Amino acid sequence: MKILLTVHDKSIAPRFDQATEVIIAEHDGHRMVGDLRTIILSRRGAEDLSDLIVKEGIDCVVCGGIEENYYRFFTWKKITVFDGIIGSHSEALQMAISGTLRSGTILPSAVEE
Amino acid sequence: MRDVFSTSFPDMAATSLLDSIPHGIAVIDRDLKIVAINEFLEALTGVVRADVTGVYVDFVLRSNIARRGRTFREVLSSGEPLVLDGDIVSRDRRKLPMQFTISPLRNRAEEVVGLVIVLDDLSAMVASVGLGADADVTDSIIGQSPKMREVFDLIPLMAHTEASVLITGETGTGKDKVAEAIHKSSSRAGKPFIKINCGALPESLLESELFGYVKGAFTGAVKDKPGMFRLAQGGTLFLTEIGDMPLPLQVKLLSVLDDREFFPLGGEKKIKVDVRIIAATHRPLKQRVAAGEFREDLYYRLNVLHLHLPPLRERETDTRFLLNHFLRFFAERTGSSAKNFNDEALRRLMAYPFPGNIRELRNIVEYCVNICQNREIDIEHLPKYLFSSPVPVDANLPTEVEPLALVQVVPGPQPIQETGKDWLALEKELIISALTQTRGNRSKAADILGWGRTTLWRKLKTHGLVTPPVPSNTSEET
Repeated sequence: MKILLTVHDKSIAPRFDQATEVIIAEHDGHRMVGDLRTIILSRRGAEDLSDLIVKEGIDCVVCGGIEENYYRFFTWKKITVFDGIIGSHSEALQMAISGTLRSGTILPSAVEE
Repeated sequence: MRDVFSTSFPDMAATSLLDSIPHGIAVIDRDLKIVAINEFLEALTGVVRADVTGVYVDFVLRSNIARRGRTFREVLSSGEPLVLDGDIVSRDRRKLPMQFTISPLRNRAEEVVGLVIVLDDLSAMVASVGLGADADVTDSIIGQSPKMREVFDLIPLMAHTEASVLITGETGTGKDKVAEAIHKSSSRAGKPFIKINCGALPESLLESELFGYVKGAFTGAVKDKPGMFRLAQGGTLFLTEIGDMPLPLQVKLLSVLDDREFFPLGGEKKIKVDVRIIAATHRPLKQRVAAGEFREDLYYRLNVLHLHLPPLRERETDTRFLLNHFLRFFAERTGSSAKNFNDEALRRLMAYPFPGNIRELRNIVEYCVNICQNREIDIEHLPKYLFSSPVPVDANLPTEVEPLALVQVVPGPQPIQETGKDWLALEKELIISALTQTRGNRSKAADILGWGRTTLWRKLKTHGLVTPPVPSNTSEET
């Protein structure tokens, strides 16, 4: 399963369409497979990011605020979206892998940073 | 380490002051972390102030003006207020144009200790009464038929009163869009528009969502929750699927509508609210009243102004208009080469009854645009489930198409008129057929039918096709 996180430094980026960096992780249902891949986007924009997500065959997107059109598009493409996440991307990734992440979650790390 | 300002501000009754201002407000410290937000901003962002105190401001605002915090730091260093236009992504995933006024906050020694950010919602000004001029055309209400023109004429009239509105219409006819258009055209346009689906939540959860609760009201209530009525203060509360609201809650809702005040769960203090109610349902409320499933007094209380949205099959010329409209929209958005439907595809689409109305039509066109690699959308680019649907013979079919040609080319069940069944019976058959085809997989069946899973689930319940709960180790998809 491939997970893409839109990131801003150590955190989940506040907005999907404003993200300029993403991390792609793969896991086998229990643990990570291979290394995390970081991609710096040449420009910010939801369209380019959506293309990347589809081309990469992503199964799950973890992000901050996302517009309804893109949310519906991903849902239609059978891509799970956890949006409105606030906190560190490493914590969000762990929770996504363990199946405990929910949309709108404010992670403990959000206050610590 | 948080300074005196950060720790003392919430205790200075300043939050009450902030809550009285009808704009989103965030107070932040010099580290750009939230010290306080008001109820209006809670409603916009969907966060609760207690959860976000100490969180970096833009994670909460989700704006496009922060420039990694540089904008706020510039105001901190210059000490000069700054006004900027930008946007935020709201709790309900809408991009809302905002004017941000960022002002320094000073202590008695005139030192800048933080910032106050005021968000002024510009969407009411930008949206041009919400009827067709939005940048995102899918958020608009579109139609040319006389029945829709009647609806368009009524929206401004309904916007200029404070009375409750009841919007009825089949699923996918645009009840949500009309409710939002009424709000945006009203004097409450700059205030929150909060939507809650009364059919999607169990009774106890719906009650706490609507009316909120106080800390300690029940196990797990570790902090106060304001509830949708309070979050919509000064604005509009849109209660969709009101026909599915449980009876005990109907009593409480009626009481709030009459008295404009209520007790939150576990609360001892009455909360006064100024909220306009717009309700919507796809169910025949009068029949539910007769069956004792909906309170008659609430029905009359909500039904002060009634707006019925016609199904697509009654909107004569709109089907073709909407097909072309969404084709242009999706082709532009996806960069597809598809420019038009050929006669055969158009004939099939025009003959289809669109039980899911505009939502279904939109999804079908989106599917076609994604599948089609040519300039012209052919019959082979249409979703397969259209071919297992009944094809009614319609006298109003496009004249350039030979009516009999398709009937011979495309295999399918008999036309609706010849079955002697009503649409509900046919719909039930279609659902059973799709589920049989997919061996009970609801997601795949929903795809075949062109509906979302929620719509399919609701229709399964309507038709009494819901199976008993399955063992916990069974896949959710089945």
